[in-house]
Amino acid sequence: MANVPPELRYTREHEWARQEGGRVRVGITAFAQEQLGDVVFVELPKVGARVRAHQTFGVVESVKAVSDLFAPVSGEVVEVNADLTQKPETVNQDPYGHGWMLIVQPADAGEWDQLLTAAQYEQLIAEGGH
Amino acid sequence: MRYLPNTAQNQRAMLDTIGVAGIEDLLVRIPAKARLGRPLALPPALAEADLVRHLRGLAARNADADGHVCFLGAGAYDHYVPSPINHLILRGEFFTAYTPYQPEASQGTLRTIYEYQTMIAELTGMDVANASIYDGASSLAEAALMAHSINGRAEIALAGALNPLYRRVVETYVDGPGLKLREVPSPEGVLDLDAARRVVGAKTAALVVQSPNFYGCLEDVAAAAELAHAAGALLVVVSDPVNLGVLEAPGRQGADIVVGEGQGLGVPLGFGGPYLGVFAAKTEFVRRMPGRLVGATVDLDAARGFALTLQTREQHIRRAKATSNICTNVALCALMATIYLATLGKQGLVRAGELSTAKAHYAAERLAAVPGVSLRFTQPFFKEFTLRLPKSPERVAAKLARQHILAGLPLKTLDRKLGDCLLVAVTERRTKDEIDAFADALAKAVA
Repeated sequence: MANVPPELRYTREHEWARQEGGRVRVGITAFAQEQLGDVVFVELPKVGARVRAHQTFGVVESVKAVSDLFAPVSGEVVEVNADLTQKPETVNQDPYGHGWMLIVQPADAGEWDQLLTAAQYEQLIAEGGH
Repeated sequence: MRYLPNTAQNQRAMLDTIGVAGIEDLLVRIPAKARLGRPLALPPALAEADLVRHLRGLAARNADADGHVCFLGAGAYDHYVPSPINHLILRGEFFTAYTPYQPEASQGTLRTIYEYQTMIAELTGMDVANASIYDGASSLAEAALMAHSINGRAEIALAGALNPLYRRVVETYVDGPGLKLREVPSPEGVLDLDAARRVVGAKTAALVVQSPNFYGCLEDVAAAAELAHAAGALLVVVSDPVNLGVLEAPGRQGADIVVGEGQGLGVPLGFGGPYLGVFAAKTEFVRRMPGRLVGATVDLDAARGFALTLQTREQHIRRAKATSNICTNVALCALMATIYLATLGKQGLVRAGELSTAKAHYAAERLAAVPGVSLRFTQPFFKEFTLRLPKSPERVAAKLARQHILAGLPLKTLDRKLGDCLLVAVTERRTKDEIDAFADALAKAVA
């Protein structure tokens, strides 16, 4: 069973979200990176771009697939992980740590509660991940 | 690759498998009134010798560049096709109905495509070229979509002197995604930079400039690049690669994407196709690039080899979100271009360009000296130019065709403002005698 940290929230599309002093850090889950295989490229929005919950904000490319990335919450992108340009494999090595992708300044605090809890996400991937 | 016929036994086996008595039974759901109800009215089959005679008779009614002296251009040019091309492309390893791309089985094919991409990238001055697209017009349309996908902007600014047929193909392609096309006037035969500054702005995904343009004039590509980049837009340059032995590479003038018709690189005129869509871009945009891409790599034994790369952009993996609907290339035409460039070599390509432009300028001088005939534009040109005639260009062209001279393209149907004009192209194949004969025939035709 893939690692699902209990303090995080999740999307059905396998992104995680972490509250950090009013901001939300976003990445993809350990389950997602296992399914994708070796990540070779990550395309992220620019700082200042606006993302919307459940809408795509970027693309992750592995040796066998390209997948859209979905924003857990709406808001403004205040930071992106520029290291992923040179070292996309970080997403595989440390998906919840150095492999993070965005930090969003949320526009609607209510959206947080609509995200999956760790228990709900664990159940989702136990059912096959869809 | 083998052609596998569908024999009567094959058909019987398939019908038996699905439990159907005959092929007719598969068609019963088609309404009777939508069906012909009788055999097609085809003449009886001919013996091979009779068929060849019949087809030769039909072919003889065409006016082709072998039986005529060709000054027609407008996007397809009568450049010389060196004899090794036909010899080599007919080899069974290359001459297949479908390009085999599997690296296990097709190192030769992949290597020629890689060499093609390398040559195109060097010629255009870009970082990366794809394995080709269908033709110049579809390459440009793909470039418009690519620019939109790179910066998310929804307008494409087209220079007025762009090939009007290319513009129509772009219109078709951008209709679905809903991009807006805006035209920048080119009243003096080249892009009006002041007008371009007014059109190109924060909504512009790309400015498209063709050089030499449809009327033969050379555009100021560097100025267009500066203007586009100042507005945060990309510059797409439509270029004829066979000219690039002499003309500056668009990549060194600021182009972000270079497309064009590669027919001049050893692909026969062939009554309009198949041709060769050239497509090259900067590395930073490679993941937005349409089409196939062959990369060099090493195998388990560290030997150099070739394989399709970045396929995750493509339709068979990314489905509806692929960079393009193009999943193939025109491999045989790209092979012709590869052999052409290898045969001519660096000096040969420069020489072909120098001869074309020298002969074109001689022809322009001779033709514009005919009373009543003049050059329509004063801009510098390369191998093609626009003449203004004192009589109907359609009638003049028809008259000269009867003397086995294809005088050029009357522009009326493509640009009404140039209804009195004829577009004339001169390649390295034309001789001084042919040009002189053309000038004499033109003088008589307009007298």
